[in-house]
Amino acid sequence: MNTSIILLLLLVLAAFSYFFGRKRALAVSNGNRGVNKLHSLPGYYGNLVVVWCLLPSLIALMLWSFFSPTFISQNVISSLPAEIQNADPTKVNLFMNRVESMAKAGAIDPTTDPAQQEAARRYMELQANSNLIKAVLVFAIAGLGMFWAFRKIAPNYRARNQVEKVIVGIMIFCASIAIVTTLGIILSVLFESLRFFQTIPLTEFLFGTHWSPQTAIRTDQVGGSGSFGAIPLFAGTLLISVIALAIAVPVGLMSAIYLSEYASKRVRAWVKPGLEILAGIPTVVYGFFAALTVAPFIRTIGESIGLTVASESALAAGLVMGVMIIPFMSSLSDDVINAVPQAMRDGSYGMGATRSETIKQVILPAALPGIVGAFLLAASRAIGETMIVVMAAGLSANLTANPLEAVTTVTVQIVTLLTGDQEFDSPKTLAAFALGLTLFVLTLILNIFALRIVRKYREQYE
Amino acid sequence: MNTVALTNDTMPLPTAKDVSAASSKDQPLDIQTIVEELKQASQPVGVPFLDDPKFYTRDVDVFYNQAKQAIFGVDLDIGKNEVIAMIGPSGCGKSTFLRCLNRMNDTIDGCKVTGQLLLDGEDIYGKDQDPVLLRARVGMVFQKPNPFPKSIYDNVAYGPRIHGLTTNRSELDDIVEDSLKKAGLFNEVKDRLQSPGTGLSGGQQQRLCIARAIAVSPEVILMDEPTSALDPIATATIEELIDELRQSFTICIVTHSMQQAARISQRTAYFHLGYLVEVNKTNTVFTNPQHRLTENYITGRFG
Ligand SMILES: Nc1ncnc2c1ncn2[C@@H]1O[C@H](COP(=O)(O)OP(=O)(O)OP(=O)(O)O)[C@@H](O)[C@H]1O
Ligand SMILES: [Mg+2]
Repeated sequence: MNTSIILLLLLVLAAFSYFFGRKRALAVSNGNRGVNKLHSLPGYYGNLVVVWCLLPSLIALMLWSFFSPTFISQNVISSLPAEIQNADPTKVNLFMNRVESMAKAGAIDPTTDPAQQEAARRYMELQANSNLIKAVLVFAIAGLGMFWAFRKIAPNYRARNQVEKVIVGIMIFCASIAIVTTLGIILSVLFESLRFFQTIPLTEFLFGTHWSPQTAIRTDQVGGSGSFGAIPLFAGTLLISVIALAIAVPVGLMSAIYLSEYASKRVRAWVKPGLEILAGIPTVVYGFFAALTVAPFIRTIGESIGLTVASESALAAGLVMGVMIIPFMSSLSDDVINAVPQAMRDGSYGMGATRSETIKQVILPAALPGIVGAFLLAASRAIGETMIVVMAAGLSANLTANPLEAVTTVTVQIVTLLTGDQEFDSPKTLAAFALGLTLFVLTLILNIFALRIVRKYREQYE
Repeated sequence: MNTVALTNDTMPLPTAKDVSAASSKDQPLDIQTIVEELKQASQPVGVPFLDDPKFYTRDVDVFYNQAKQAIFGVDLDIGKNEVIAMIGPSGCGKSTFLRCLNRMNDTIDGCKVTGQLLLDGEDIYGKDQDPVLLRARVGMVFQKPNPFPKSIYDNVAYGPRIHGLTTNRSELDDIVEDSLKKAGLFNEVKDRLQSPGTGLSGGQQQRLCIARAIAVSPEVILMDEPTSALDPIATATIEELIDELRQSFTICIVTHSMQQAARISQRTAYFHLGYLVEVNKTNTVFTNPQHRLTENYITGRFG
């Protein structure tokens, strides 16, 4: 019996559990409801039986499905002829891979090695046994659980409290999945980065000003060992982000102020969704807009006033990225400005303040924590943005503050390092992890910083 | 009813029963009849008009939108250096009328005010009236204390700063100190003028708002239920304060507490369903109301 059938049957069983649990609850209270006859609503007793039926059996199912393949292959290996068993582990693995694929396909290829055929047969047999045991075990546990919960139903049994505890438990489980995943990502990035730093010293990575990650693949190849100074990448990221924020922050904030303080309801109803559409445009589209329209435009303008402009420039990427993050800035700021209580505005107007005085002196200070939050979100968007930069700012790691030159960013380099053929332990590949880690640490610092600012103002103003 | 409105103190006052002889007091009041009756009255019962008033309002209608009229033909004079209390059941338009007096209704989308409203003979809704300057002359204190998210000092200095009342710091210091003293708050906060105004207690915050309002030396202060969020002690402080402020300001106060109206005001105006029903000396209104609706309200029959 395979797992999906087991699951299906369990669900049917759960439906029965609910029905009987509920019925039983009503029966033990002689059909009387109300809290002094039956502690919880009858449905809670039903749910409790469902929980007891499903939870232990599902856990058993999960554990069995998780561990049984290992046991089976261990078992198969130990039954193999000694000379295969004692061979080099990679060979054993290869052997077992074939055995497993034959067993999974259910067809034993008669042209293969007889030992392999024998092993595959054994594997299939064990698999069938295991599935049978699994089904029996799961249903036994489900039945026992049901019976156990069913027996416990009594008028003063606190089913509601129990069910709610289970619900809280499920929520905690979900929350911890998110945390554990994050932790897993951080750790894997961290370990790969450590491997990178074993070949390239940390100081060289952090303070080196030359980035050319091309290492020789064969030892006799020319092209040297590559250099991994990340400063140009961070400088490029900074340059582009600053340009983008210089566009997005004033424009976004001004439009937020206009929308929330000046615009009539009708204007607002049109403009706000319009701005939010900007956020829905895929970044690739922004990217080719930047590369094909904005960059040549900047180049033409620059050349007409006698400047040399690279065909891919930080300015083009930054401008378009700025446009992309305007809605983040405006939408979030608009929300926080709207959240400033009307009483503040009334107070200020009641003193004879004009609209702009009210905005500058009362509303913006009151909304500042939220605006700082919006700014930081926009900043992390800018730092993390990849597509636009790949397409419009180029790949050359120039260390420059001139926005008319091509630059590259951390994220773009991560992409180029990891696309195409690569070895998983060359410094070139591992450098991507180091870059990722550094980026992560930087945004983390940014966020902590932001959180502190926000908290400080909040304490002051609430 | 017109004749009733012309009565003065020397004439024997008609009682509520005379005013609405047709319907007995015990008869349940039907809203339709009341509205009809109010519509027919061309001016409020009592003494709505004064010589040389601070505010002169005639035939004021307020619409929140085409369908919703909140104030119907209000005629009222408000005297100089008097405290006038506005009372009436919830939703009868007290706040709406109050907000007409310094054009705070302008901030509400779609709100329209018609009729004649004069402040010292100047048209409040006239074309050349600047609402910003008007509100500097007619300050406002709201129901819920609403100090700005600034220090106590900056809260009080806000008005003087935006109106450029002073040029140097020490003058500003004086204004702030003086206003806080007038509002009876100075002694409590003199050591922490730089701490946030939002950190004060509710009663202190309301006094801070009063200090903020008087810092621009307005001529009138409008108060919309200024003590409804406060405990009796804070309320008492503010009532004393209002009594003192009367020396230098005209005060219009909306209140739900009839005791409060009786304690602090010289005149009382009773609103009902958007109509101004009765205006008279506070004493008269509470001891000898002339209109059946007023009497019902102050005796607690409804409202
Ligand atoms: N912004 C608004 N838009 C539409 N109608 C409004 C608005 N403000 C008030 N109203 C309506 O106008 C009428 C008068 O309201 P107002 O706030 O003046 O009453 P009030 O006498 O101050 O009541 P309360 O004692 O409860 O404060 C009410 O019917 C109210 O529903
Ligand atoms: Mg009101």
